[in-house]
Amino acid sequence: MPSVFPSAIQGWFDQKGWTPHPHQLKMMAHQNASTALLIAPTGSGKTMAGFLPSLASLAETPRQGMHTLYVSPLKALAADIKRNLRTPISEIGLDIRVEERTGDTSPTLKRRQRVDPPQILLTTPESLALLTSYEDNSRIFAGLQRVVIDEIHALSESKRGDQLMLALAAIQSMCPNLRRVGLSATVKDPGLAANFLSYNSNYCEIIKLDTLAPPDVEMLQISETAPWMGSGASYAIPAVLREVAKHKTTLIFHNTRAQAELFFHNLWLANTANLPVGIHHGSLSREQRERVENAMVKGELRAIVCTGSLDLGIDWGDVDLVIQIGAPKNVKRLVQRIGRSNHQYDVPSKARLVPANRFEVVECVAALQAVQENDLDRDDRDAGPRDVLCQHILIAACAGPFLADALYLQVISAGSYSDLSRKEFDECLDFCATGGYALKSYDKWQRLVLSNEGKWHLRDPRAAKRIRMNIGTIQDTELVKVRIKGRGGKPLGEVEEAFAATLSFGDTFLIAGQVVCYEGLRDMTVQVSQKHKGKPKIATFSGTKFATSTQLSHRMLACFQKKEWPEIPHYVREWMQLQREVSRLPEVDRLLVETFPNKGRFASVFYGFAGRNAMQTLGLLLSKRMEEAGLNPLGFVATDYAVLLWGLEPLIDPSPLLNRVGLRDGLETWLSNNAVMKRTFRSSAVISGLIERNLPGSRKSGRQATFSSDILYETLLKYDPSHVLLKITREEAMKGLIDFGRIEEMLDRISGRIDHIVLDRVTPFAAPLLLEMGRVPVKGQAEERILAEETARLMSVSGLDRI
Amino acid sequence: MLDGHFFSFFGVQLIARPSGVLWWPEERVLCVSDLHLGKSDRLARRSGVLVPPYETIDTLQRLRKEIELLEPDIVICLGDNFDDLEAADSLSLADRLCLSQLQTGRMWIWIQGNHDLGVGKLTGQYLEEYNFEPLVFRHIAKVGTKAEISGHYHPKAAVRLRSRSIVRPCFLYDERRVILPSFGTFTGGLRSEAAEFDVLMENEAFAVLTGNKSYVIPMPRK
Repeated sequence: MPSVFPSAIQGWFDQKGWTPHPHQLKMMAHQNASTALLIAPTGSGKTMAGFLPSLASLAETPRQGMHTLYVSPLKALAADIKRNLRTPISEIGLDIRVEERTGDTSPTLKRRQRVDPPQILLTTPESLALLTSYEDNSRIFAGLQRVVIDEIHALSESKRGDQLMLALAAIQSMCPNLRRVGLSATVKDPGLAANFLSYNSNYCEIIKLDTLAPPDVEMLQISETAPWMGSGASYAIPAVLREVAKHKTTLIFHNTRAQAELFFHNLWLANTANLPVGIHHGSLSREQRERVENAMVKGELRAIVCTGSLDLGIDWGDVDLVIQIGAPKNVKRLVQRIGRSNHQYDVPSKARLVPANRFEVVECVAALQAVQENDLDRDDRDAGPRDVLCQHILIAACAGPFLADALYLQVISAGSYSDLSRKEFDECLDFCATGGYALKSYDKWQRLVLSNEGKWHLRDPRAAKRIRMNIGTIQDTELVKVRIKGRGGKPLGEVEEAFAATLSFGDTFLIAGQVVCYEGLRDMTVQVSQKHKGKPKIATFSGTKFATSTQLSHRMLACFQKKEWPEIPHYVREWMQLQREVSRLPEVDRLLVETFPNKGRFASVFYGFAGRNAMQTLGLLLSKRMEEAGLNPLGFVATDYAVLLWGLEPLIDPSPLLNRVGLRDGLETWLSNNAVMKRTFRSSAVISGLIERNLPGSRKSGRQATFSSDILYETLLKYDPSHVLLKITREEAMKGLIDFGRIEEMLDRISGRIDHIVLDRVTPFAAPLLLEMGRVPVKGQAEERILAEETARLMSVSGLDRI
Repeated sequence: MLDGHFFSFFGVQLIARPSGVLWWPEERVLCVSDLHLGKSDRLARRSGVLVPPYETIDTLQRLRKEIELLEPDIVICLGDNFDDLEAADSLSLADRLCLSQLQTGRMWIWIQGNHDLGVGKLTGQYLEEYNFEPLVFRHIAKVGTKAEISGHYHPKAAVRLRSRSIVRPCFLYDERRVILPSFGTFTGGLRSEAAEFDVLMENEAFAVLTGNKSYVIPMPRK
């Protein structure tokens, strides 16, 4: 059989004594497909499979200019790929330049790349969007043949993916024959991923490679019992250390950065054997992260406490065990994390789960079953977000004058925008051009103006610089850097500004695995000193708290309905049995509500199992409706599984509170004044270009010149309530933090079947909720009252009240 | 009784109103600082960013409420009244009408600020500073002076509650001077812990938080 490869490449395979993998051959066979999606587990030579057609083509017909574009969600991944590609390229003897272009690339190299692009350019969605914004973009991309998008399953879950697809749509209009290749981890619905990837819903070849070796995954055997509540899992530290000692390199995954910091701190305190252990998460400074990454590559670390920052496919070190601390919350992510160990697809991965509390024990059992049945969570692709579209329109304007009709066609060629109506597009265009305000207009100072030929262009071409400086969709809450005090102090990472504001001199907190002491705030940087003792506060880092997926929630509910639970540890079984005797166990198609007195108040628990965000929203809506019903609610607390509300009067009948129309109405009125909306507005305002985060010449002082996005939000709500940015904010909030869809999913499955159990004391399932952190007081007059008390106290303490 | 924090300053009684204006009841003087009218217009002109163009009317409406309630004989605008002089010229007809209604029947003084140096075209006296015994009104506080009422810095102060802190625009005052909060809708603030205030304010200084009610606290420092 003749080789599908040019002789040079075939010779290289032969010389190495390697046979190409079947999926690598399939990718070659489909090298002319307009779109191809390769779904394969990590460690299967997936990236090479994506690049082989490019290498083959460049081996046969060497040429200058950009031939292949590679996009990955991580800068580090691009650097990794560069190393991995350069070896075979030089061994085969090809004359191909491979270069990165990311936020870390030097301005000199970036300028040179625009004039003389390499054959293979490795980049990120943000850097690619920036590249499309230049006036000479058609020259930069001239002759481009292929684009390889790595980790597309991860990109498609965020706005970065939407931005990427819009940038590719723009490039495709310059290079009509551009072929797209997507590389993905296993997904539930390849069709959705294919639609996301393809241009104008073109046919997409799907090449699938299943895992050969089923993973070795189970609960970590721990002699101590899991606590009732909380997410720290410090009870498991001795058991985790034993596993670390038994393995070469262990990744210890956490769901949040704060949990990772706390766990790392406690791990060190218990690490009497002095095993080398590091910490890695997205709030750490680049220097800190790179140190850990390099140590990992050299095999100097036995364990790395980490978060999602190590979810994606970088081949660092020789990981042979993954430990997941806390319930995995969703099966896809768990499978992804399991795959980080034994990074070769024909060697079974090894992973152990550590539930942080008793509800999580049940969730972990449910997740294990799902992994064994290879049952991934449903993929949800929402319609493309319009704040990203607004940014895309501004980017298009930077590149040169455009026709609205042509840009609209280009935008809807991207899968997630294919349902975008012309009216929705025009609203965004109008917003970019005039601000889109109903009551007052910027006649003189429009951002985009229409030329005589009917093309939109920037009124002031100098604005392009500012727009380019603000490209990107990654949103963090306002962060401040943390640095060791003193000249050239070492950067440690970032914390939320709101957390920094609660610190006073001498407070200690955890960051980068160290206990540090707050010294003060200078130039928007938290100055700290190192400290070795003291009980630290926990810094709050941005980063989402994942909600338990619908599938896992359903599996947990199904599990409760079994007669016996041999797979569950005895102490959790006994707790469930007791709940069954005292009250009921929650069910999939019914809603359990419990009401009981507690400490002079009345508590009601709704076991909705709709995930943290939706349960939080339900708590807000229910407390509002209880207020209207005269039940005087005082506060609530929500978890992935239930919401507990307390108030002065007992709940008699929960059914009217759960009326769908009533909940929706409550949502409408409550939404507009809600912190979630303000946060969502801020992020949409930044993405859509209403707020610029980066200014030319970045002035450090002059904080009084900047005003908060809350003021913009409130002004808009007051004077222009139907403004498009408020619409976008609602669209985004509904799918994200508010997650009203999950509440509706719950209402659908219970369909009015509510079991209200009134008891004289707290139930086994409700008890942990009473210990849960993160209580939300019902707002209103409360804040003013606390403020009045605190100001009076401050005056009296200082003695100034007598003056 | 009128809402606000009452304090005595160089023998006169002043009231720091929850709205952020300073009221001198005896002489019927209303003082307000850093209106920054026309800010959205200047932002659009200079950067192309089109923020909601409603801050001028919002600022004027809030000022109207205070003027209708207090009926001052003299209104002193302490500088940075306009985001720049070009912004002053571009006020809409509605904004101008609103402003001239507020000015009718009273003396109106525009102190010049760093943003709006010079003499504008709108009605009123344009002054660099204004002496009204025993007080002196100027935009930026001068070290070493006393009995001075100024603005410019947009002071704000934080009260730390258990789990969060509440930050609000505030008046700062001590035995020598009063610094007013900014009144304009689209204005940010400078925390009282900033070095600038450490130089200007005596040890025993107060911050009066604005909002629904006035709250007075010892001025938070570093």
